[in-house]
This record gives sequence, C-alpha cells and structure tokens, in this order.
Amino acid sequence: MSLGNRGYSLSRRRFLTSTAVGGLAVASGAIGMPYVARAATPVKVGIIHPVTGGVSYSGTQGRAGAMMAVDDINAAGGIKSLGGAKIDALLTDAQSKADVAASEIEKYNDAGVSAVVGGYASFICLATTQAAAKHGIPYVVDVGTDDRIVKAGLKNTFRFSPGYGVFVDTAVPTLDQINSAAGKPVKTAIIVHEDKAFGTGTAKLLQEKLPGIGVKVLDVIAHPTPNLDFNNIVLRIKAAKPDIVIPADYYNEYVLLARTMLQQKVRPKAIYSVLGGAASQYKFVHDFPEAAAYIMDCNHWYNPHKEAAQTLRKKTQAKGLYYTYEVFLNYEAVMLLADALERAASTDRAKIIDALASSEWSGHFMPYGPTKFVNGQNTGARAVNLQVQNNDIKVILPPEFANAKPIFPMPA
Amino acid sequence: MVEAAIIVPAILNGLTTGAVYALVALGLTLIYGVLHIINFAHGALLMVALYGVYFLYALAGIDPYLALPVMVPAMFALGYVLQRYVIGRAGHGKDENVMLVTLGLSIVIENLALYLWSSDTRTIETAYGFSTVDLGVALIAVPKAIAFVGALTVTALLWAVMRWTDLGKAIRALARERRGAQLVGINVEHLYAMSFGIGIACLGAAACLLLPSYYASPHIGRAFVLIAFTIVVLGGMGSFVGALVGGLIIGVTESLGGLFFGESLGKIGVFIIFIVVLLFRPTGLFGQRA
Repeated sequence: MSLGNRGYSLSRRRFLTSTAVGGLAVASGAIGMPYVARAATPVKVGIIHPVTGGVSYSGTQGRAGAMMAVDDINAAGGIKSLGGAKIDALLTDAQSKADVAASEIEKYNDAGVSAVVGGYASFICLATTQAAAKHGIPYVVDVGTDDRIVKAGLKNTFRFSPGYGVFVDTAVPTLDQINSAAGKPVKTAIIVHEDKAFGTGTAKLLQEKLPGIGVKVLDVIAHPTPNLDFNNIVLRIKAAKPDIVIPADYYNEYVLLARTMLQQKVRPKAIYSVLGGAASQYKFVHDFPEAAAYIMDCNHWYNPHKEAAQTLRKKTQAKGLYYTYEVFLNYEAVMLLADALERAASTDRAKIIDALASSEWSGHFMPYGPTKFVNGQNTGARAVNLQVQNNDIKVILPPEFANAKPIFPMPA
Repeated sequence: MVEAAIIVPAILNGLTTGAVYALVALGLTLIYGVLHIINFAHGALLMVALYGVYFLYALAGIDPYLALPVMVPAMFALGYVLQRYVIGRAGHGKDENVMLVTLGLSIVIENLALYLWSSDTRTIETAYGFSTVDLGVALIAVPKAIAFVGALTVTALLWAVMRWTDLGKAIRALARERRGAQLVGINVEHLYAMSFGIGIACLGAAACLLLPSYYASPHIGRAFVLIAFTIVVLGGMGSFVGALVGGLIIGVTESLGGLFFGESLGKIGVFIIFIVVLLFRPTGLFGQRA
C-alpha cells in the first residue's frame, strides 16, 4: 500500500505513533505497567479526498477538516468503548478522478480499514461508495450532493449532509418567503449558469419552479468554465433589467460575474444562488467585500449559535485556512463515525454499519436535528439560507438558526 | 433578442480584450518570425508572469501597473536564459525538437505552479478595480481601458525598436537570412535569445495589464494561448501589425459571437476565422510568405 507517499502527514504521523507506542511499551515493560502495553489497537479509518486535480482546493479543505476531527478525538482519549483506541487515519488522494478513487478503496480494503470517510465531489462519491459496498466497508459521504449516491440502495453508505433535491426544494420556497415578506418586489429573474451538469441542472429546476412563486424567468444564459469575460453577459442582464439575478457557477466565474455587475453598475434587487460557487465562501467576502455584499445563497452551513462551530472556525483560521463548508462537513462526518464506533464497541465493519444505521447523534453543531438515516440519507439534514452582511456570512433562514435578518431588496 | 444598445458596448469590450490578446500574440509572432519556432510554453510563461505580478502586489504591495518596470525586465531575463541555455541547447537546431522542448517546458511549469501555489485562484483588489469610464454609449472598466492603451503603447514601442534601432535591424536581418546575418558578424545565439526574451517580456507587460481585471491560476495560460495562435495565423506569422489588427478582430468577433450565440458557443466565430484564413489566405492578412 503506497498511501504514505501522497498523504502529507501519514508517514510522519505513523512514525510518531509507532515510536511513541514503542517507546511506551519499552517504558512500561521496564517499570512493570502491563496495562499500557496492552493499549487498544488503533481503529484504521480511510480518509479520501481529491487533493490534486480539478477540485483539489475543496479536497484539501475537506482533508484538513477531517484531520482536525481525528486529532480532537484522539486528544480526548480515543474511542472509549474500545479501550481508548486511537483513530489511525489513512490519507489518500482521489486525484479528482473517479477510477483512481475506486482503486484507492481496494487498497483500503487490503489495509483492513474499518470505515471510510470523504469523497467530496459527487462523481467521486458515486464511485467510492460502490467500491466500498463490494467489501461491506462502512462509508460516510462528506459532501457529494448528487442524490444518486444514496439512491443506489447501498447498505454501507451514509450521507450526513443534505442532497441536491433538498437544496432546490428549500431554495425556491424560501425565496418566496423572503420576497413575500418584503411585499413581492421581485417579479422577474435571469439565470446565469455554467454549461455542465451542476449549472445546467440547477438552471433547469429553477426555470420550472420559479413561475410557481410568481417570478418570471426573462432569460437563461449559459457560459463555459473557465470564462474570462463577463461583460457581454452583464450587458444582456443590464438590457433585460431583471429584479433578481440567479448565478449557478463555480467560484472563479461567480466572482468575475459579481465584479463585472458591480463595474457595469448593474444592481438588481437581489442576487440569489443555490449552492453558490462563491456566495458562501469567506475568501470571496474577504477578497471582494463590495462585490459580495448582500448576496444570498442556499447552502450547507453550521449552526452559528453552537459554541463548537465557532471554536472550529477559530482553529481553522489559526491554521491559515478559510472556514469553508468542506472543513466543517468533514469534521462532522468523522465525528458521526466516531459516535458509531463508540456505540458499536467494535472495529467490525458490519457492526459499524448497524451502528450508523441506527444513529441518533445530536452532538453535532449543524442546523440539523438528531441524525436519522433512511436508505443512507440523514433525513434530519437541512439547507439554510445565508447572506453576506457586514463582511461576514450570516444565516438568515430558518429563523431558529438565524443570526441576522434578511436585507432585501439589497440597498442601492 | 439582442438590442442595438448592447452592440456598441460589446464591440468596445471586444476591442479592449482584443488589445491584450494582441500583446500576448505579439510575443508569439516575434518568436516565430525570428526563430521560426512555435513557442508552446507561451501560455505557461504568461501564467508565471501573472503570478509574479500577483506576488509583487500581495507581498510587497506594488501596484500592478507600477510592477511594469520590474516584470518586463524579469520576464525578459527569464526568456533570454530559457532560450540560450534550455531551448536552444536541447533543440539541437531541429524544429521538432524545439517544439517538444517548449511543450515539455509548459507541462513542467504548469505542474510546478500547481505544486507550489496550488490550484487556488489568486485575484487582487485595487482601489480602481471597480471604477469605470463613462463614454456615454458604454461604461468601460478602468483596468480594461488602461490595458487597451497600454497594449497599444507596447506594440508601438516594439515596432519602433524593430524599425529604428541596431538591435531591431539585426533581429530583422537574422529573421530574413540566418547565414547572411552570421557572415556580417551578428552573434546569432545571443540575438535568438534576445528575441525570445523580448517576446517573453511582452508577456510581463500583458500580465501587469491583465491582473487587475482577471485572475492568476496554474492553467490560466491555456485560455489565452489558443486565441493567441489564432491571432498569429490571422495576422500573418511574424507580422507585428498583423498581430495587433488580428487581436482586435478576434476580440470583437469573440465578443459579438458571445452576444449572438451565447458564451458557450461564442468562440465558434474565432475558430471559423482560423479555418477560413488557413483555407483561403494561409499567409494571413499581413504575412509576406508562408
């Protein structure tokens, strides 16, 4: 197994643990403490992310989140029902390729992992969950919003966070709610989307659903990724004068679009997105506060009222990283697995799957209820609405998790 | 669908973008004209220049436009060294070798960038980043207006250097007749490296003009280089005026194409031009001979 050469901290980590354990064993032998020498064998957990290739930024963020959880669990005494067994994280790079990711799962199986966490991108998760299912390895999906991941009938697959369908089902009614509360200022919309699966799919669903809440779609504008110039698109938006602009694109294009709109003085009543590429990224807010101001997004987010979420935010920032959804979703995915390991009191894969399936974990800091898995999907998972206000990202809906009120329409 | 009021701003937008394309193509056409090689590493070197401008801004607080006196000589030096000690040496004077060397260089440079700086995109925010010039018929972003003027100035300067200085005369002589140039005492290796250096220095200027409105990422060069190749073919291989006119035509074509056919299909016009030129006027608009 050649995981060590790519996992940035694996070899060092293993070296440290093995020398520490070895050292302890020698020391305990010398002073006659056999208790320490019998220290529980670590639980091997595979942590897979695309840390190189097209989606490497997200994968690297995800790995950092997962490793912070592993460190926290181990520092707090490991898995207690297993005699304080530490989690031994086997880090792997999925290289932003589905076939590579699937073959890494085979290596995990040979290495005897008890469970796997991660995947990040939907196309990777689709491959890895299938590969893990073959060997009955419990798999916790960290992000992967494609609903096919949990609709394949795999007994080993568990997704803690909400899927694509939940976002679209949440985004349109909440837009209606925000719009109605302000006296329905938004009547027309333009959708700008990237021309691959994510953007086209979102645009299609929105196009179908927006007329139902009394919003007429004036135009749907597709663009490739990368797209270096948004002036023409913004000119078309300017000519059509929509009340709301709905972008569905990845980070760079989202930022360029928002910047160009500001430059060309196009200020609709709102900019609203579903799983927005940049809308819920502190990087965007930090780099372009003026362009990011008041943008709304329906996305993954933590419960801002939970202390633990804020602690992790500070810890992440102290490492020089942005606190993105990849970080906290991976942290929580590992924590969910730790809870299952604790209750299973075993490293046996089938027992861990049973423990995950019956999970009612409420120790998380997400805006979800206790976990309840139906066909592998956590039915308590929800999407929330966010808005950039005062150079920060605030939760505006649902009210029980909100830490700010929507500012709508956005000030001119 | 498309209103007339959008067409004028779209054309102006195409001209501003086209001027920067022209600057990138200028380096390519100079290198082709003198060394008779196609520099596949052009995009990767543009990316390096963009990162250079980015780091000068992020680490030393140097404004991208004030970075011109740093970036142009730095990129010139890089180009000179690359040609004199890497491309020239490894090429052994064979065109196909040189092609492979520049292609290999581009892969090495891009992956080094990915390793050193990650695939994260870098942007800068300047005080004037969101300001616009109101022309009545259109709002032109200040960075794009500056890029337009800057690109025209650099082109004019380069043209003047080639026309009136000894260096320019020597380069032109070398481009026309290598053996003859050698016989009158021109240091061929040195001048090849000088030409390559000047071509790469254009990228340094282009990067300074580009970064205020674009971003730096390890693969950004690819988006520009394909367009630059088209411009060189359209304008005529080795022609400066051709590169400028070609750049402006391609910029406007791309802009109008995006407007009429949608951004996903917008580049179709650019490549139709590419094919039509190859079919009916393979020497390009201003090319002398193929």
